[in-house]
Amino acid sequence: MTVRPEVTVALESRFRDIKVSEFRGRTRVVVEAAQLLDVMTSLRETHGFDLLVDVTCVDYLNYRDAANRFGLVYLLANATSAERLTVRAFVDDPDPTVASLVPLWEGANWMEREVWDMFGIQFEGHPDMRRILLPDEFTAHPLRKDYPLQGRGERHNFPVLARGEG
Amino acid sequence: MTQPWIEGRFEENVITTTVEQAVNWARQSSVWPMTFGLACCAIEMMATGASRYDIDRFGAGAFRASPRQADLMIVAGTVTYKMASRVRRLYNQMPDPKFVIAMGACTVGGGPYFKWGYHVVKGVDLVVPVDVYVPGCPPRPESLLEGLMRIQDKIKGHRIAKRAAAGGSGRAFQQGIKVDDELPVPHHSGYVEAPADQTPLTSHQKITG
Repeated sequence: MTVRPEVTVALESRFRDIKVSEFRGRTRVVVEAAQLLDVMTSLRETHGFDLLVDVTCVDYLNYRDAANRFGLVYLLANATSAERLTVRAFVDDPDPTVASLVPLWEGANWMEREVWDMFGIQFEGHPDMRRILLPDEFTAHPLRKDYPLQGRGERHNFPVLARGEG
Repeated sequence: MTQPWIEGRFEENVITTTVEQAVNWARQSSVWPMTFGLACCAIEMMATGASRYDIDRFGAGAFRASPRQADLMIVAGTVTYKMASRVRRLYNQMPDPKFVIAMGACTVGGGPYFKWGYHVVKGVDLVVPVDVYVPGCPPRPESLLEGLMRIQDKIKGHRIAKRAAAGGSGRAFQQGIKVDDELPVPHHSGYVEAPADQTPLTSHQKITG
């Protein structure tokens, strides 16, 4: 459901660099990465967005007209009014860092760990910043666009275990 | 009147066999698989255990919930690098003699992830020794039953007596010496080994039998 206009008006008046757009009944808000925690706190405490549906990320490396490399996607929902809101925040390469939302939604914990695992985005203030899907010795972030598609871990690099005569 | 019941029972029906054959017959007729499924192949494994295909006909229907009670490990599904050390640990926990079926394309050689997967072990035989490979994506229950019958054939050929002066590969197995359980885990950049003088990098890397 479309977000009530008073929510977006309140956001635009309180935070300066915020861009609100709408597409086919879905509202999207682009915020500065530094402001993310404040915007999210306001959305949760005053506007009733009590559910963090998903946290994910897009790598815009070599993407046409892309200004920043990583675009974080936060999907929010208001369980009472059925409003849904997409919040985007962009971070850049040398040190992609953004504030963790675990203080607001406990459910952000594993989702942010997954984004860290796959894209290497650091979440400041996260209580347990470990890999979640890949083994701990893994050295790369495989959903980045510059991760090589082949040449790693092919079968012929490993000795095969065979059973002895028994 | 007070004779034991077994007296005279086999007057005309004496069965003669060797201990080896009898033991092998008993073993091959009660291969207990481990309840262990990793992906979609496990669904087909369950179908094999259900009434239509009925793996119980071969005495292999008792899916044990503990590796300590299992003889057969059906690796059914994609083995990821993170899961590899767990698979190896489960294998180590099984009592001898133990057997492994690699079920499905992913466990045979990586399957669809063979070339491009950054997270999939390219064949479970990099982690545990495999006795029978069952290809398919997923294999039909008939194929899995066929694989089970090949396991039974393999058990039929087992020798119980120690071979005199056996050298080479199977020696540790035959003499009952426990082989080294520590196994480096395959990894996308090669095997990962913890330094011998240090504690392992992470707790799950230490594999104990």
